[in-house]
Amino acid sequence: MEYLPNIIFAVALILGIGFFARNVKKLSRNIKLGKDVDVSDNKSKRWKNMARIALGQTKMVVRPIAGIMHVIVYVGFIIINIEVLEIILDGLFGTHRLFSPLGSIYDFLIGSFEVLALLVIVAVVVFWIRRNIIRIQRFIKPEMKGWPKTDGNMILYIEFVLMILFLTMNAADFQLQQLGAEHYHEAGAFPVSQFIVPILDGLSESSLILVERTAWWLHILGILAFLNYLYYSKHLHILLAFPNTYYGKVKPQGQFNNLESVTKEVKLMMDPDADPYAAPAEQDTGEPEKFGASDVMDLNWVQLLNAYTCTECGRCTSECPANQTGKKLSPRKIMMDTRDRLEEVGKIMDANKGEFVSDGKQLLNDYITPEELWACTTCNACVQACPVSIDPLSIIVEMRRYLVMEQSAAPTELNNMMSNIENNGAPWPYNQMDRLNWVNE
Amino acid sequence: MSEQLKVKTMQEFMAEGKQPEILFWVGSAGSFDDRAKKISRAFVKLLNKANVDFAVLGTEESSTGDVAKRAGNEFLFQMQAMMNIELLNGYEIKRIVTCDPHSFNTLKNEYPSLGGNYDVLHHTQYLKELIDNGRLTITGDGYKGKRITFHDPCYLGRANSVFDAPRELLAKTNAELVEMKRHKKAALCCGAGGAQMFKEPEKGDMDVNVLRTKGALETNPNIIATGCPYCNTMMTDGIKAYEKEDSVTVLDVAEVLANSQGL
Repeated sequence: MEYLPNIIFAVALILGIGFFARNVKKLSRNIKLGKDVDVSDNKSKRWKNMARIALGQTKMVVRPIAGIMHVIVYVGFIIINIEVLEIILDGLFGTHRLFSPLGSIYDFLIGSFEVLALLVIVAVVVFWIRRNIIRIQRFIKPEMKGWPKTDGNMILYIEFVLMILFLTMNAADFQLQQLGAEHYHEAGAFPVSQFIVPILDGLSESSLILVERTAWWLHILGILAFLNYLYYSKHLHILLAFPNTYYGKVKPQGQFNNLESVTKEVKLMMDPDADPYAAPAEQDTGEPEKFGASDVMDLNWVQLLNAYTCTECGRCTSECPANQTGKKLSPRKIMMDTRDRLEEVGKIMDANKGEFVSDGKQLLNDYITPEELWACTTCNACVQACPVSIDPLSIIVEMRRYLVMEQSAAPTELNNMMSNIENNGAPWPYNQMDRLNWVNE
Repeated sequence: MSEQLKVKTMQEFMAEGKQPEILFWVGSAGSFDDRAKKISRAFVKLLNKANVDFAVLGTEESSTGDVAKRAGNEFLFQMQAMMNIELLNGYEIKRIVTCDPHSFNTLKNEYPSLGGNYDVLHHTQYLKELIDNGRLTITGDGYKGKRITFHDPCYLGRANSVFDAPRELLAKTNAELVEMKRHKKAALCCGAGGAQMFKEPEKGDMDVNVLRTKGALETNPNIIATGCPYCNTMMTDGIKAYEKEDSVTVLDVAEVLANSQGL
């Protein structure tokens, strides 16, 4: 019986981490449904991008208020995790404040955790006000209705409660230390929770222990639950921002990839020695490669990683010229749709022993409409705005490629423009022989 | 109509057995669009003034395919690109200068992996080089007291990080440079990119060029300068939407320079 709490704790820990690991495996399987893409280039630049953008939060602070608040929550999250390590070890070994022999360093650590916890509470409240009272434009766009809105608030509630539990636990502990209760040796500094102590005044030692233990357990179980909430939430960015900034675009933003499958065919068409009646080479007997993307499996895995990394902040959408002028296109929605469709595909695979069985749906039309795709000016403002190096534009272009090359479904004016280029080498119907007339006009 | 411009084609250079310093890639807009033709002419006047030995492809030039690529027609793009590359490589072209940021971007970034490797410059970069090398001098105070705001073309600025060259050129005219709220990396698109130039916009509550022009007019400018023939059209239309044609002019950076020198 003496070891019951330790055992319960170990079981909770194994369940929490085990369930999370299962979802991570699913996540990785889904991302790998994407096409292969070579990202072995520019290693040092990629590491630098990750350090600068994800670790250093450089693109977050472009918008100072949200940026600084975010840095507080981010630093709080990372540093308070040192405390979580102690809590886990205490839970497993039945110790209390295992790191306290560090003495004054320990006091400093606990003290700074408390200050950070308070700052996190302030930031979370400000975030909540921005979302629900001020109702900042980018948080109330159409794609944010329903679950995305709930999800955004849930994360704030969970973080708020976790910080309150942490401070309550410390306050009760502090009080118990002062009463000289058994096990509660003096350790730590409590610059914030000391102000909660008066609320606990008059509680008996056993009641205080109950408060302290309850807060302790709820706090650590809450963290394990939050860990498992990530997979179902936009909050996955706290993990995926790192790989995503590493694999993000390292070329000039204006450079789109050249489709290799097209290059092969164009070279063949332009080769005067090519035999048009030649039998296809042996390795070509498979299905001809599809041009562009109509579903998530046609995208590459970095684009799918992008989709899971998106935390729906909407900076892309708020910078998008099409969205600002009332068009349906929202780069954030492109990312959310891609993720939702990928999740749906994953669920179909789960239900069919890992095989994908067509459900008659696809990313194009069922999620993203051609109207959205054709509204894009390819200006890269969304790419520039993303604080975690997501590239919504590459998905838009890949889907336009499908519309044009597989379905010949471009708007009529664009078809005219393209036949002009085919016929006379300019997007307008002018004769190529008149190309130099401007000199003498 | 106006004084004769000195423009030689690559064919003429070949016939003389010579190589030009640069190839001026005029682009489809610069060749055919009435407004953009004036930009081509202004740029050539500056090249002539600096005695640059340049060539154009003339009737051999064809669309870079850029707009087809942005529209999703990778086939047409690569067909155009390979045709152009064959021509450019045949002439052993090393350096290309263009007034069109879209041609600039695709020639510079997307042609290399298809076999076309050139040193590609936007005309503002090349003009700055001519000034830095002392080959072109900009004098006079013709623009003193004028307020100029520069609209960053997406494919020059954000896409390729060229922000300073056009501004430094404008500063040479002693005009007063004023920045829009959204400029450089944060600049708002004029609305023409991604093949929008060639189609009606999707349903919305405003046109992008009108929104961008609003931002430009907030700086109270005499001139909106830009470095792209498509931006030029969009901003000019925007000015018309606000009925400001009488007080605000839209000019290419090359035109501002040429005008300032009375060319």
